[in-house]
Amino acid sequence: MNTADQYLKAIYLVQRMENGPASTGALADRLDVSPASVNEMIGKLQDRGLADHEKYKGVSLTDEGIEHAREALQTYCIIERFLHNVLEVEEFPSEAKALESVIDETVAERLDTIIDREPQCPDCFDPKADMCAELVPEGEAD
Amino acid sequence: MVGVSVGNRVSNDHQLARLLQIGVVLEEVVEVRAARHYETLSADERDADVETLLADAREESADHRERLEALIDRLDADPVPLAEVEALVEAQYAQTRPEDFDGVLYDQLNGEETAYKFYDDLIEAIEASEASFALDREELLATLKEIRAEEAEGVEEVTEFMEDRA
Repeated sequence: MNTADQYLKAIYLVQRMENGPASTGALADRLDVSPASVNEMIGKLQDRGLADHEKYKGVSLTDEGIEHAREALQTYCIIERFLHNVLEVEEFPSEAKALESVIDETVAERLDTIIDREPQCPDCFDPKADMCAELVPEGEAD
Repeated sequence: MVGVSVGNRVSNDHQLARLLQIGVVLEEVVEVRAARHYETLSADERDADVETLLADAREESADHRERLEALIDRLDADPVPLAEVEALVEAQYAQTRPEDFDGVLYDQLNGEETAYKFYDDLIEAIEASEASFALDREELLATLKEIRAEEAEGVEEVTEFMEDRA
């Protein structure tokens, strides 16, 4: 998944949690990058018509941005589920994060053929836990 | 886009082992599907050429899988046993319906293209990383590049086969 897709996914999830625009600070925290990096990427996403930035409020995705973000989130869910279900990795959220930049959407689609994913994916993704809600251990769900 | 990059790429043996394992699974999928595909074809769709094409693909995937496993064994990581993966892949495909002839070839092409893309991205990530691994970096890259080249040949072979039949 390329860097732009990782940002789109983060904006989408922060927007969902905050029920409004995503602030630069929240995005920098989530992506573990500097606020300057976030601003640079937001400019690029805006140029591509994928996001709108409003000063002092934050960034919101356009309809096209949302579409891309949901696809990226689905790819991410496949990676998490694959690590959890097939390779039985306990630390699947941190490992998925470490590997997502190397796993392309087409590769994830192929891995998807051997995992059982919920039809409502990616709506069941829990942004706070940063994992598919179906994989959140019992007692830790919101 | 160096400045805005996120994610740590391939920074240690553990991550590398995990990525190589994903390669093993992709090869496993190609292997199992190639084997199953021939069975799904009707008698009049079967011939020696298709059989050879799928048998070669199966053999090549098995060889790639073994080479990846040999690399994983030499890394300083505790790999998750993959013995069950084959059974899982088999079980998943036992449920799929027979495909038509074009579907079989298209799926074979898709499998090889995906594997190519995976090795390509993996090589790029390793080259971009400054980490040192428990196995020789040049040897690791050379093996992955060989496998990638074979995947490219595979894509070409299936494409030519499809064109000849069209």
